[in-house]
Amino acid sequence: MKNFSGKILFLDRSDINTDEIIPAKYLTESQKEALIPYCLEDLVLPGFDPKRDVAGKAVIVTRRNFGCGSSREHAPWVLEYNNINLVIAVNFARIFRQNMFNCGCMAISLAEEVIDEIFSVFAGAEADCSTDLEKQTFTISNGKETKVYPFSIGAFDLELVKAGGWVGYADKKY
Amino acid sequence: MGKTVAQKIFDSHRVDVPAEGVSVLSLDRVFCHEITTPIAINDLVSRGLDRVFDPTKIKAVIDHVSPAKDSKTAEQGKTLREWARRHEIKDFFDIGANGVCHAIFPEKGYVRPGYTVIMGDSHTCTHGAFGAFAAGVGTTDLEVGILKGVCAFREPKTIKIQVNGSMPEGVYAKDLILTLIRDLTVNGATDHVIEFAGPVISAMKMDERMTLCNMAIEAGGTCGICYPDMTTVEYLWPFIKDEFASKEAALEAYSAFLPDEDAEYARVIEFDANTMEPVATFGNKPDQVKTVREMTGTPVNQIYIGSCTNGRLEDLRIAAKVLEGKKIHPNVRAIVSPATPLIYREALKEGIIAIFMDAGFCVTNPTCGACLGMSNGVLASGEVCASTTNRNFNGRMGKGGTVHLMSPATAAATAIAGEICNSPFFRG
Repeated sequence: MKNFSGKILFLDRSDINTDEIIPAKYLTESQKEALIPYCLEDLVLPGFDPKRDVAGKAVIVTRRNFGCGSSREHAPWVLEYNNINLVIAVNFARIFRQNMFNCGCMAISLAEEVIDEIFSVFAGAEADCSTDLEKQTFTISNGKETKVYPFSIGAFDLELVKAGGWVGYADKKY
Repeated sequence: MGKTVAQKIFDSHRVDVPAEGVSVLSLDRVFCHEITTPIAINDLVSRGLDRVFDPTKIKAVIDHVSPAKDSKTAEQGKTLREWARRHEIKDFFDIGANGVCHAIFPEKGYVRPGYTVIMGDSHTCTHGAFGAFAAGVGTTDLEVGILKGVCAFREPKTIKIQVNGSMPEGVYAKDLILTLIRDLTVNGATDHVIEFAGPVISAMKMDERMTLCNMAIEAGGTCGICYPDMTTVEYLWPFIKDEFASKEAALEAYSAFLPDEDAEYARVIEFDANTMEPVATFGNKPDQVKTVREMTGTPVNQIYIGSCTNGRLEDLRIAAKVLEGKKIHPNVRAIVSPATPLIYREALKEGIIAIFMDAGFCVTNPTCGACLGMSNGVLASGEVCASTTNRNFNGRMGKGGTVHLMSPATAAATAIAGEICNSPFFRG
């Protein structure tokens, strides 16, 4: 199973699309590793610098409709290969969300007011997220303040996370 | 309680329920292109699983960058081509026979009412125009589809959009879908199927229905669906005539996939088409839509007519009617990309290609090309394109470029004026 804990990258915007996460011109790469330098390259977000802000992060916290647009699984891959295996948002585009779980990664929805609180308490400074998949909680801390947020994950999604993705699961079962 | 179209298709294709609310469906079609399939192929090979579930149900095409523009795209084409040969996938469309996937596969009659279709491409929702459940998926779902012929979906909820009245002259399917996306917003239909119903949809040709369903994803929708009717049967008839004694018999069989009268919808939206007018997008999201009247005078550098949204024969005919006997403005350049070789041939026969060329358009071979900024009309920083494509995301057609989405009629009128303006067919 993948790692779902570590430093948080806060992306304070809704409707971040897969063209912003990984521009189409890099879809000619046939090795996933080759995508690593281009993560979030075209993201429109004042103050955000992909070269500076992605390194060392393990979790993205963002707003609504993350991953909308193209079906390209290169979007989850570029996150995964930058060691970001967990995105927390109000909600996700369907294909992106499914692609995350299909790779054994997680796209977890929290209520809008919870996301609002995480942003207001923790964004703007260094913060860590510790994920407990058994208890289904995120513990977010900035050293001064620590808060625990429960989440829920569907039974099928959890199976995929445990199986490391859909190919392994489907090959055994169908 | 009655059932929606998607519920009926799920019921007829469900092979497993791995958890509550999740269905694994058997697939009638797995469509493949050279951008998202090669990584799936390579992964299957590396796992020792280089097999396909049924070569007759898999259809493949090189379309996104065609012909190859560099070594990397050449390698992608090669991987797909060799895989298709290795597994005897007969319906593989290589350079010369190839067209934009969501135009060429319907044209070949591969999609039927009640089918389940996946492809590693978000605009797969286009095929719902035939009354099918067709959904874009990622490479991993595609990989499992190729190997096992199944795909997992959460149980679909459905939004029904009833389009009443009739469309004013000079207003097209593209205007309708952009207006609907404006109202739904970019995630208003997430995890939902959209059924398009009502007299306006019934009156639409298949080309128009495909334009409509094509952009369901821009509201977050899993699939757009139009009900199979005699228009659907007429379109499919050359491919199904041996299966049915008559067109009426075909229609009766396909009627199994109409929704029940008491079907349960998450939402029903009534829309009055009578008051519509041509629209275009501003900003970087497909729900940022204004009337062309409000956008009039917006300067552009490039006009692009093509793509899986609006590169079909009907689109080219309408644009050519606007362009006939006219020249594009000296300050702009214009590109038309017929979506398939058949469309290209028909457009040649009808004199449409000559009209485009006389007007000053560059005519390209069928390809996805500039729509996603991969080739054939990429924008420079600061440039603006009036485009019949489907996405105006930041950088979509080239880093630093801006895209205004619109109908072929508006795009053609814009090419002549050099700035956004309504076509002469709209007299609102």
